[in-house]
Order: sequence, then structure tokens, then C-alpha cells
Amino acid sequence: MAHSTERYEPKNPALKWFNDRLPLISYGKEHFVDFPTPKNLNYFWTFGMILAMCLGIQIVTGIILAMHYTPNVDLAFNSVEHIRRDVNFGRIIQGTHAVGASMFFFAVYVHIFRGLFYGSYKAPREVLWMLGVIIFILMIATAFMGYVLPWGQMSFWGATVITNIFSAIPIVGTPILEWLRGGFAVDNATLNRFFSLHYLLPFVIAAVVILHIWALHIPGNGNPTGVEVKDGRDTVPFTPYATIKDLVGAVVFLIPFAWFVFFAPEIFNHSDNYIMANNLVTPAHIVPEWYLLPFYTMLRAIDFNVLFIDSKLAGVIVMGGSLLVLFFLPWLDTSKVRSGSFRPMFKIFYWVFVVNFIVLMYLGAQDPSVVVYNYLAKVATAYYFLYFLVILPIVSRIETPKPLPASISEAVLAKAH
Amino acid sequence: MATEAANGATRRDFLYIATGAVGAVAVASAVWPLIDQMNPDAATLALASMEFDLAPVETGQEITVKWRGLPVFIRNRTQAEIDLAKSVPMSDLKDPETDADRTKEGHENWLIVLAACTHLGCIPESNAGDYGVVTSNGQEGGWFCPCHGSQYDTAARIRKGPAPKNLVLPPYDFLNDTRVKIG
Repeated sequence: MAHSTERYEPKNPALKWFNDRLPLISYGKEHFVDFPTPKNLNYFWTFGMILAMCLGIQIVTGIILAMHYTPNVDLAFNSVEHIRRDVNFGRIIQGTHAVGASMFFFAVYVHIFRGLFYGSYKAPREVLWMLGVIIFILMIATAFMGYVLPWGQMSFWGATVITNIFSAIPIVGTPILEWLRGGFAVDNATLNRFFSLHYLLPFVIAAVVILHIWALHIPGNGNPTGVEVKDGRDTVPFTPYATIKDLVGAVVFLIPFAWFVFFAPEIFNHSDNYIMANNLVTPAHIVPEWYLLPFYTMLRAIDFNVLFIDSKLAGVIVMGGSLLVLFFLPWLDTSKVRSGSFRPMFKIFYWVFVVNFIVLMYLGAQDPSVVVYNYLAKVATAYYFLYFLVILPIVSRIETPKPLPASISEAVLAKAH
Repeated sequence: MATEAANGATRRDFLYIATGAVGAVAVASAVWPLIDQMNPDAATLALASMEFDLAPVETGQEITVKWRGLPVFIRNRTQAEIDLAKSVPMSDLKDPETDADRTKEGHENWLIVLAACTHLGCIPESNAGDYGVVTSNGQEGGWFCPCHGSQYDTAARIRKGPAPKNLVLPPYDFLNDTRVKIG
């Protein structure tokens, strides 16, 4: 993005000496203070900063929990109870980490659906979008392994069911499964490696987040009109305008977060996870955390063989495909208009997609042997894929978009008073 | 240069490629231990073969033993369960196997299967589901998986639900009439 501000040089001679050798101060000023930000960003755009905050909270509380946690099948369950009962403020820190995972996923879903509505994945931001999908997949892996660590019944059986997914791969499935588990069943070796990787992956996420922000700062922010920034009248400096707005968003976000931590830290948890892992007894219903339910529904929805592919492998392909299809989204939606606000036909299918996603989430927690749920799960899974593979390509060809504003500043002025 | 080949490739090009190729092999060999360490270790593999005494298991009784960290059902089937399993036509089966395929000759009262549903690995409940023998004392034989509703018959063959296969038979042999070696 072209902007006229010259490269900033610190006035202080010591800082200038440093900045001439490593221009951190110039870069910081350019990217976090002067960076031109569209003046019409709404509160959905504060979720990027909120997500960065969530990652920070998870890393800080996680490092603290690792100081008190023991990754061993005989001790893990009790060490988590020890953190909650004995460690100073352990109840709050553990609660923040557990609730934080849910809040993190809530924020990432808002962020993703914001992107889906406003066409944030479209040229020239395809790589930015794809890096975001990679972050989402890494988040899922990290959250899954974190859920195994308390070594309750849900931890153990969740790990068993999810690692079993790999056994669906023809020929190499079982060797891969045993390699992942480090044994013939989920056991101490599995717990240890999940702990190691659960500690590692957040830092990998942080690295991809840096690339994500880098890719954002090449074209600059999108905005609710989807019209690109034309000149300085369309933008305001990132600091203080965007930073303070982000801060307001963050504070509002932290209110329910704090409520959950202080008053309902168990609300997202499953009571079976307060029974220590027992590899001889399976809980009646194995349910993943709420944020993974839509994908779990798609896994279970395929209970029939597809040609020569058996039902189990087909379910795995569908679940994996539901994430992989996101990588191709920039080329599936070919409409030149970015923002859903100016796309009357797209808008309808988009909101059906949102509702459909919530239905998938609901169904993931229901008993799939009930005929109605089983049927609904198939319909909802079909719509998830039809939206990306059929509806978007067709709608972008046949739809007549509404007229776009000439510029961001024109759109802002038209709305004012 | 004297070393230059007809196609323009030089001695230097050859050395670059050869060095790179040897380097790639070296890196791959160095990485292998880092990958292989995740495979089941010696202590886990040491449990690969175990012997069990079946003398205390009465007809109609079932025990669960642990082999390689996995639960295994060992069931001493009643004659009614065996007869029911044998009476099922192959065309009714999703994963067709005869009752004889599922047991050892001369020990066909013993059914030994991994206690993991072939769908996603939950432990099925015993003497449950629609495919057991109904007696005045309740059901004998048959399994029902509580996770996603798969049902198995008295030979632990899949009859209903999302599981693709019959309950898996571990490798085992009878050392004598009451002693079995699994693995």
C-alpha cells in the first residue's frame, strides 16, 4: 500500500545508533503506529487483535501449568487436581487456560466467518487467508492434545477415537497409528508426546501468526465495503485509532471470559473427565469439545460405503476435506465484488451456511443412532460442501451485485448523519 | 577443459550433484532415528505375547484380559450361542466369516477377540444388542457398542451400525485345553 510517510528515524542518538544497525524502531513505527488503516472498520475487525491476546493468554497460563503438571499416566490426573486445589491461584490459572481454549475458538470462528462474509480471502489476500487456515488447523491439533493431558475418561477415549481415525488409511494405517501412539493402545508414551507437542505447537502458531500479519501488511486491511483504499482520505493511522478500538473490543470480550473463569469454569467441561482414564471402560457418549463438534458430525455422517471406499475411510476423507476445501476458497468464489453487503444472492446462502454450521455443531453432541439426527447430519454435511463447491462458483457467475461506493471515504460520508 | 564432457556437463557439476546426493542420504539417515523413536518401544513390544489360564472360566462366562495394553474378550460360549452363530447365512453378514473362521478347531466354545469396536475403538458391552441368545436368565452373547450403536453377534461379527468389520481376532494358539497364548 502506498503511503507518503517517510521512514521514521529516532532522534535520540543512542536509539538512532541502534536503529541504523537493526531498524526495529523504524519497523515498529511503520507497522504498529503509522500503518494506514481503513477508517470504516467495524468491530468484527477487532477480533484479529483479540486472537493475538488469546494466544498470549494460552501461552502464559500454559507455561505456568507446565511447572506444576506431571505427564505420566499414574500422576497426570492427580497433578491437575493438585493444581486446582493446592497451587496458589492454580484454580484461576487452570480455569483461565481451559476456558481460554473455548474463548480462543469462539474468537477464531467470528474471525473466519467475518472473512467469509466480507470476502477477505479474495485477491490479493489469498496467501493471507491460507495462512489463516493453517493456523486454524494447528489450533485444532493443539487443543485436541491439550484436552488429553488431564487424563480423564474423555481425555483417554477422545485420544483413542481420534488417533483411530488414522487406522482408516489403507495399508499404512495401522503402522501410522502405532507410530503416533507409541504403542498398541493410547498409553504413557502417547501422553508424554502429546504433552511435548502441546508445548511446542503454540510457538509454531505464533510463528505462522507473524507470517499472517506480514501477509496482511502487504495489501493492507480489507474493509466492510470491500473497496480498496484509494488515497489518504480513506485511512487513519493504526495508532491510536485501530489500537484503541481493538482495546475496547478486547475489554468487552474479556467480560464473558472472566465470568466463565470465576463463576462457571466447568461449563464447557464434561463430567466424565473427572473420572480418571480407564482403558477397560468406555463412557456411554464420547463427545469432543464444542468447538470441534461440526467436524465430528461430518466424520460420523458418512456411515455408508462410497463405491470401493468403506464408510470409516470415507468419513475421515470428508472430515479432512471440510478443512482442506478452505484452501481452495479464493478460487471457488470468482465474484469480483468482495463484500457480502453488495451481494444479494450470496448473502442468503451465506446466512444459511452460518445456521448450517451451528446445526452441525448441535448434531455433534447428539446420539447419531436417532434416525432424525442421522438424516439431518447428512443433509448438513452435504450443504457444507455444496456451499463451497457448487453454490459459490455458480452464484458468483449469475449474481448481479449492488453498485459499489466509489471509495471508502464516500461510503463513510454517505452514512454520516 | 579436458574434463568437460560432450553434453557440456563439467566435472564440477558432477561433484556438486554427487555431494548433494550423499548429503541427502546423510540427512535422511540422521532423521530416521528421530522418527523411529516414536514407534512402540522395547518395553511395549516385550508384552507382545502372553499366556492365560482358562480353567476357571465356566461355560457362558466371559473374562477381559489385557494384551499389549488392549483389552481382549475371552468368552466360553454356550452351545446355544455356537448354534446361533452357525445358523446365520453368509448373505446376512456385512463382513462374511463362518463361525469356524472365528474359532480354533476343537476349541470352538472359546471366542477370543479384541475388545475394541472396529468403528472407532470403544469397548462394546457384553451380552447386549439384538443378536444374542435370549434365555430365561437374560441375554447370553452378543455385543453392543455404546458409542455409535454397532452390534455384534455371538461370533462377534458385525451385524448392525457404522463399524465396517467383525471384532478383530488376535493371533493366538491353544497350548493345551486350558492354556492359551495370545500374540
